[in-house]
Amino acid sequence: MKYLHLVIAALTRRKARTAFTLVSIIAAFLLFGLLNAVRVAFSGGSDTLAGNERLVVASRFSIMTGLPQSLQARIAAIPGVKAVGHQNWFGGVYQDPKNFVLSFAVDENYLDTNPDIVLTPEQRKAFAETRDGALVGKALAERYGWKVGQKVPLISQIFPRKDGDMTWPFTIVGIYDVTPDAPNGADQMFFLHWKYFDEGNQYGQHEVGWYVVQLSDPADADRVAQAIDALSANSDHETKTQTANAFNASFAKQLGNIGLIVTAIVGAVFFTLILLTGNTMAQAVRERIPELAVLKTIGFSNRSVLGLVLAEAVLMLLVGGILGMLLATAVVPALGKGSGGMIQLPQLGIRDWIEGLVLMILIGVVVGVLPALRGMRLRIVDALAGR
Amino acid sequence: MAVLVEIRDVSKVYERGRQKVEVLHHVNLDIAEGDFLALMGPSGSGKTTLLNLIGGLDSPTDGSITIGGERIDRLGEGALAKWRAANVGFIFQFYNLLPMLSAQKNVELPLLLTHLSGAQRRQNAAIALQLVGLADRASHKPTELSGGQQQRVAIARAIVSDPRFLVCDEPTGDLDRQSAEEVLGLLQMLNREHGKTIIMVTHDPRAAEHARQTLHLDKGTLVEEQQGLAVGH
Ligand SMILES: Nc1ncnc2c1ncn2[C@@H]1O[C@H](COP(=O)(O)OP(=O)(O)OP(=O)(O)O)[C@@H](O)[C@H]1O
Ligand SMILES: [Mg+2]
Repeated sequence: MKYLHLVIAALTRRKARTAFTLVSIIAAFLLFGLLNAVRVAFSGGSDTLAGNERLVVASRFSIMTGLPQSLQARIAAIPGVKAVGHQNWFGGVYQDPKNFVLSFAVDENYLDTNPDIVLTPEQRKAFAETRDGALVGKALAERYGWKVGQKVPLISQIFPRKDGDMTWPFTIVGIYDVTPDAPNGADQMFFLHWKYFDEGNQYGQHEVGWYVVQLSDPADADRVAQAIDALSANSDHETKTQTANAFNASFAKQLGNIGLIVTAIVGAVFFTLILLTGNTMAQAVRERIPELAVLKTIGFSNRSVLGLVLAEAVLMLLVGGILGMLLATAVVPALGKGSGGMIQLPQLGIRDWIEGLVLMILIGVVVGVLPALRGMRLRIVDALAGR
Repeated sequence: MAVLVEIRDVSKVYERGRQKVEVLHHVNLDIAEGDFLALMGPSGSGKTTLLNLIGGLDSPTDGSITIGGERIDRLGEGALAKWRAANVGFIFQFYNLLPMLSAQKNVELPLLLTHLSGAQRRQNAAIALQLVGLADRASHKPTELSGGQQQRVAIARAIVSDPRFLVCDEPTGDLDRQSAEEVLGLLQMLNREHGKTIIMVTHDPRAAEHARQTLHLDKGTLVEEQQGLAVGH
């Protein structure tokens, strides 16, 4: 610790260079933080069923394949099932394709299976009685200034109406609130009637996207899931029942192998960072050879000199890395808001921080070790004579 | 007076590629405790080489160097570093202060290798700066000091850990007459009043006059004997 001022002095020797290097480290770890959050968001698939009170039943083959509506009653009859609702992806945008709206066609039972949303009996009644009615989240309504009673058209990115028009008119019948521990984005959703959607759309096949099942007892999850999947075994619509988290993750995986892509990007970024800071460190130590020679003359051991240079590299990585990850922590919620709920990233957790810190130290050692060895091995008499 | 430095039959050979250059030839020299020795000679005669051997910065190819009863030519790199920290103060032509550190912090450097507390380090460094007349410049960076002042800071750094002897390689080589006189006066004071043994390489006969005795090196051999302890055994 008593050597800390020497390390800091070395880093502040060329302020512009250090600042530039810091910015690259910050940028790299900002990206690391964000991409790690992306990876975590897309990897809920390892959740076990047990202990979950919500299951999602989707086609075994593809999330985009529908299921027959007749399945609903049969699932509801299984002991341990408290409620069964269903959802279809609507894929709506408001006015402009960049105003993405998280919109789903649902049946009324669905509202009982979603523990995050808070509805008054009046709102439920209004929804039930209005064919083109829509329930929208508070944040979404605020975003576009929507009021109850207002007519709002959404353009579906996927489903044309019977006349070929992609624009679907809706009447807002309720603006719902969410529970305090609801996940990010729960207050950004748009729910419309499945009947209205099914009868109005050109492809109308009386199919539902997936079922959401509310259990009486979370401990029953495994048994109920097996019973549900047994209903359609060997049919042309075999199902796969999983937890809501796992389902969300597999939904996102439709976009490709996110984990691999993220790892590749992070790898490329850190490779570049190592080349860049490694070069900077080499240059910084080369300039300071006479100073290191003086330290050795005075009696600093080889190990101290090695330690000083390594500490310099590691400190730089730690300062930049921690700033970068703090920045990521600030950016994650902003990203969720800015994307209208499309991008929902979990906040960086303790695991991300540990991983990040280990990486910082590791990269610091990697970029510092060669210059440090060079500083350590210098021959005093040659360095003093400028040889 | 007791002998501090005993150099016996020391040779130093540098290898440049396949060529071998013998820079010092069988040098014998005794330096007494409390001496102030000036080492003169033409450029390339081996003065710096000899000084570096005495200061434990380099090892001889042949012969023995005994300082305060210890065979330093037999010490390994790590032991030699410890030995330097405990026994030698170094003063160079170009001061060699660390540019990012204040005068005070530069002087504290050797004390980082001791067990002194932070407060004790600060205090000792302040005393050393006072001794060289720069107490009021403690917070200045080297670039904010004149050459003479920088060299005095370097002297403070060399004496702060109370080494047995000082080695100075052309300490006034980069200074004007007046600054040089100040630095030489300071060295003389350290020798006379504080009993520090000093070995100083210089090109300047007027600088050598401040020493108790002057030796001449020519092509790696000590050639002349002034008063004081003998050369050649
Ligand atoms: N590390 C080395 N490798 C090769 N040759 C060296 C090395 N160090 C010194 N020499 C050579 O040894 C000779 C003596 O060098 P030294 O530095 O001791 O001379 P000097 O008397 O101090 O000269 P000056 O007055 O110019 O400082 C020179 O010819 C020099 O080129
Ligand atoms: Mg020389």
